[in-house]
Amino acid sequence: MRLLEYQAKELFAEYGIKVPKGFTSKNIEQGRKDAHELGFPFVIKSQVPVGGRGKAGAIQKCHNQDEFELKYPQILEMSVKGEKTRAILLEKMAEIKKELYLSLFLNRGKRCYTIISSAEGGVEIESVKNQVIREVGLGEIDKQIAEDVAKEIGLEGNSVSDFVDFLQKLSKITIEKEAELAEINPVAVLSDGSLLALDGKVITDDNSNFRHPEMLKYQEQTELEERAEKSGFSLVELNGDIAVVGNGAGLVMSTLDMLSDNGGKPACFLDVGGGATEESVYEALILISKMQNVKGILVNLFGGIVRTTTVAAAFIKAYKNKLIDLTVYARLKGAESEKSREMLKNTQTQLFDSVEEAINAAVIGVRKNA
Amino acid sequence: MPNIAEILQGNPNDSDYNKKPVIVQGMTGNYGAYHTQRMLDYGTNIVAGVTPGKGGKKHENIPVYNTVKEAVDATGSKISIMFVPAKFFLGAAKEAIEAGIKLLVAIPEHVPVRDTLELLELSKKNDAIIIGPNTPGVLIPELIKLGIMPASPFKSGNIGVLSKSGTLLYEISNNLSEAGFGQCITLGIGGDPINGTRLIDAFDMLVNFPNLEGIVVVGEIGGDAEEILAQHVINSNFKKPIVAYIAGRAAPKEKRMGHAGAIVYGNYGSAESKVSMFNKANVPVAKRPAEVAMLLAGKLKKTSA
Repeated sequence: MRLLEYQAKELFAEYGIKVPKGFTSKNIEQGRKDAHELGFPFVIKSQVPVGGRGKAGAIQKCHNQDEFELKYPQILEMSVKGEKTRAILLEKMAEIKKELYLSLFLNRGKRCYTIISSAEGGVEIESVKNQVIREVGLGEIDKQIAEDVAKEIGLEGNSVSDFVDFLQKLSKITIEKEAELAEINPVAVLSDGSLLALDGKVITDDNSNFRHPEMLKYQEQTELEERAEKSGFSLVELNGDIAVVGNGAGLVMSTLDMLSDNGGKPACFLDVGGGATEESVYEALILISKMQNVKGILVNLFGGIVRTTTVAAAFIKAYKNKLIDLTVYARLKGAESEKSREMLKNTQTQLFDSVEEAINAAVIGVRKNA
Repeated sequence: MPNIAEILQGNPNDSDYNKKPVIVQGMTGNYGAYHTQRMLDYGTNIVAGVTPGKGGKKHENIPVYNTVKEAVDATGSKISIMFVPAKFFLGAAKEAIEAGIKLLVAIPEHVPVRDTLELLELSKKNDAIIIGPNTPGVLIPELIKLGIMPASPFKSGNIGVLSKSGTLLYEISNNLSEAGFGQCITLGIGGDPINGTRLIDAFDMLVNFPNLEGIVVVGEIGGDAEEILAQHVINSNFKKPIVAYIAGRAAPKEKRMGHAGAIVYGNYGSAESKVSMFNKANVPVAKRPAEVAMLLAGKLKKTSA
């Protein structure tokens, strides 16, 4: 789960990491109340699950009511890298002396948690210079390590004790909430030397959700994603017009790549899981039937154990029940493919021997109907 | 590192050479029972099942025990394959390692990363190999199958295949077999962010296979396992042909693409990063799965010339 900034900050505050005073709203009526409560000036921040908000103009200063009435609706309507604004955070500005970078993340190659910190924060991690890096096993951080990092990035006086406090609390969040990443970028050093978390990013391990009912309030799923999850599928909605379905994440990604290479635009990534049954393929077609803009369906199944006839039966049922009225371009590798071809003869499903042929036909077919 | 070939096959002097006994944890569940049968069909010597509360019963004529320890004591097995739900994974996996299992094939998907990390601390201490979680398993064609892969894609030969993805492992092995490149071993490392056996570990296991002629690496976006492997290939001066495939070039950033581990943050985990590192290591990267066998054929020709 990727928490939005205001959600991450809620979590920070709960653990005692200092954050600026702020309020979150989803409409201008509530926003006006928040603005009144907070008092001008403040920052208007779009809440989106993606970086690069500053550059996109989705974070703006606001000094008075006129500016507020203009900017709030603008930012509420804004998208950053294709992600719509989910909410608006109004937040007090701080007197900043310096900006730091601090994160604790799951280092996959080393198979341990790792601290990254730098005296140069406020930019994306890849541009962060002079990184101080420490591997910390399962995420426990003792005082000594935290102090060493603080000194190595050049902190002095009460900034050091604040930094140690922030880092140890970040570690606590990482362990207790099973986060893959807990990042504060930037950490502001204020004029009195104390620290403040100006931004927050927390990504938790979805596979641990069952142990964290308290975190479910942060989960933001579309209706389709929720339904896909219930069926044991993985679904990522995309902006194109050809729905891509297959069994196994790698195979579906690979199909997406080849489709894009050939000028096709995927409408979704839909993985029905390693096996494929008549029921699961039918359920996948139900999901696709609810998507907007889909003009064709590309199916890539590597059966092995599965009979292709069971998949063919799902297509036939979908047409019969008028669930779909689109051409299915399918590559079914597996047992009884001759029989499947026979079954699908007078339907809108075209069967191909290779995925390359299915993709070509899909791209041409969808373009023709556009 | 323990030698996987020795665990899977044993020594020619062993009375159970090429017939190493295997335990199945979670054998009596639907999924476990189904795949136990498929593995038996393949010739895997399954000698015991473990299901707490079902000890003393028999399943398809195979004795079932309450604990791994009882199963190990009765059979001397060093290999276990697990089909337990993710929630119970850590407990069952620790039990296996503590009972003396040296090769644990962890099939379950959706295991929390923290549980895998905790298990790895234990397995390191006990010198045990974990494959997975979220793996299709490991297979030596025409000899032993420890996993959920279909049998038909694999033919005996001298190519090693390593893969993060299950279905792509089947697909590409199938292409290789049809092109005349049989396999000496195929191993799924799994699609999770943390793997018991990383690509680099699997590579080190493979290079010891006596008749190995080449390696195929099937990677995908997420993490830096491919980059680390590419650097390792450069450092190790490995001379046999390696060909790679990377899935996920067209995937959007910061979206989890089915596998828990298949996610790109900035450049970290991106296909471009992996492809460029493989290029540095002189490992050609196929654009499509079907191209892998062609690239391998080209590479093998060059080496033998």
